[in-house]
Amino acid sequence: MADKMSFEQSLGRLDEIVRHLEKGDLPLSDSLALFEEGTSLLASCSAMLDEAEQKVVKLRKGADRSPEELPFTDEA
Amino acid sequence: MERRTLTVTELNAYVKDLLGQDPALMNVCVRGELSNYKIYPSGHHYFTLKDQESSLKCVMFRGSASKLRYRPENGMGVTATGRLEVYVRDGVYQLICTSLMPEGMGDLQVAFEQLKAKLSEEGLFDRAHKKPLPEMPGRIAIITSSAGAAVHDMIRILGRRWPMSKVILLPVRVQGVEAPPEIAGAIRYANEFQVADLIITGRGGGSLEDLWAFNDERVARAIYASQIPVISAVGHEPDVTISDYVADRRASTPSNAAEIAVPDQQEMREALESYGIRSRQAMEKSLRVAAQRLDALRNKRVLTEPGAFLDSRRLDLDRLRDRLLASEERQLAEKRQRFVKLGASLDAMSPLRVLSRGYALATGREGKPLRSVRGLAKGDEITVRFQDGQAACRVEQVQEGEERYGR
Repeated sequence: MADKMSFEQSLGRLDEIVRHLEKGDLPLSDSLALFEEGTSLLASCSAMLDEAEQKVVKLRKGADRSPEELPFTDEA
Repeated sequence: MERRTLTVTELNAYVKDLLGQDPALMNVCVRGELSNYKIYPSGHHYFTLKDQESSLKCVMFRGSASKLRYRPENGMGVTATGRLEVYVRDGVYQLICTSLMPEGMGDLQVAFEQLKAKLSEEGLFDRAHKKPLPEMPGRIAIITSSAGAAVHDMIRILGRRWPMSKVILLPVRVQGVEAPPEIAGAIRYANEFQVADLIITGRGGGSLEDLWAFNDERVARAIYASQIPVISAVGHEPDVTISDYVADRRASTPSNAAEIAVPDQQEMREALESYGIRSRQAMEKSLRVAAQRLDALRNKRVLTEPGAFLDSRRLDLDRLRDRLLASEERQLAEKRQRFVKLGASLDAMSPLRVLSRGYALATGREGKPLRSVRGLAKGDEITVRFQDGQAACRVEQVQEGEERYGR
């Protein structure tokens, strides 16, 4: 589940979870479930940061005007 | 010397030739104030240059006029360059102006101020129109030259801060007459095909001339029309362009644009860590609170003295049973009463009750009730029933007709 979420979505959910936990008005079993969800979101966010590799492409207008991606070669 | 009479045309043509031979008048620079400025549908510009005491008619033909980068206005101090020429038909001379430079400021500066005032008037710089930038853009379009330091600085900084964003370069010229339509076209293209969540457009520093494309009205309008938020990143810190005013966000340099565009992963890791700490602390606190509640429950009577708890429940049960029985009895009494009432009304309908009021019932053979005297004859034997018994009788006389009751 968490893998399908974007970083931004995961972060938003994480924020929600932490606020909920901090309110402390949940049954213990719900708190535990949230805590586990938060822990796995944290892990997946960290993994996304660790594994991210910058992609750079150059865009060209294709024959039908639609964009075509080309590798960007350093011209400096 | 013989004096020859000339035609008007001949004289005007002669003066034209004479003036035409003076090299000083072939390329003259004259300073004055613009007045009576008119642009004809032909594209030629007509105006008068004047100072305190004198005035000079001027014309700027379409070719030269199209090179003007600002809009000449009446009252503006200018220096006009051109050649003096006689207009033979009217016998007047005028300056054929090839260039018209504003005094005090450069023409680009004037053009900049004019466009800024115009677009500001139109609302292109309004705060209300500015779109918020996405916090973590998945795709960033960079519209600039694919050569030059600017693009490399941006790619490097974006990669260091937030490698999750894909960088999409739309290469354009950023200098020269082709630059404005290319930049504006790329902004429109990025929108048409939704190639990015954020656009950065700009270039490294240079002279006002070098940055001119970003002071172009077409570029300004393309930025204004963009549905994708735009960061303008032109030149060095003090350079401000029209693009900067109209963009959703102004960056002081291209590198600064890259910093504005994405979060910093280092800060993000710290934020994640703090989320981790907070959620652990909150969880620990919940567990502590739960443990305390458990202790409190343990000390309650139901757990410490389960026998007493059961006794009190037993009492409750007895009370409930009493109430139930009482309610059943009440219902039974009500039913009984209804039964008695019904019996009474049945009794009222009984034929025996009728007999008790003094009526008698005559029956014939086989015990059939006699409803009529017809069919009876003297000597017939009938039975008459009373309330308390019956009598066997014989008919003495039959009389028809009288005493009919009802039907």
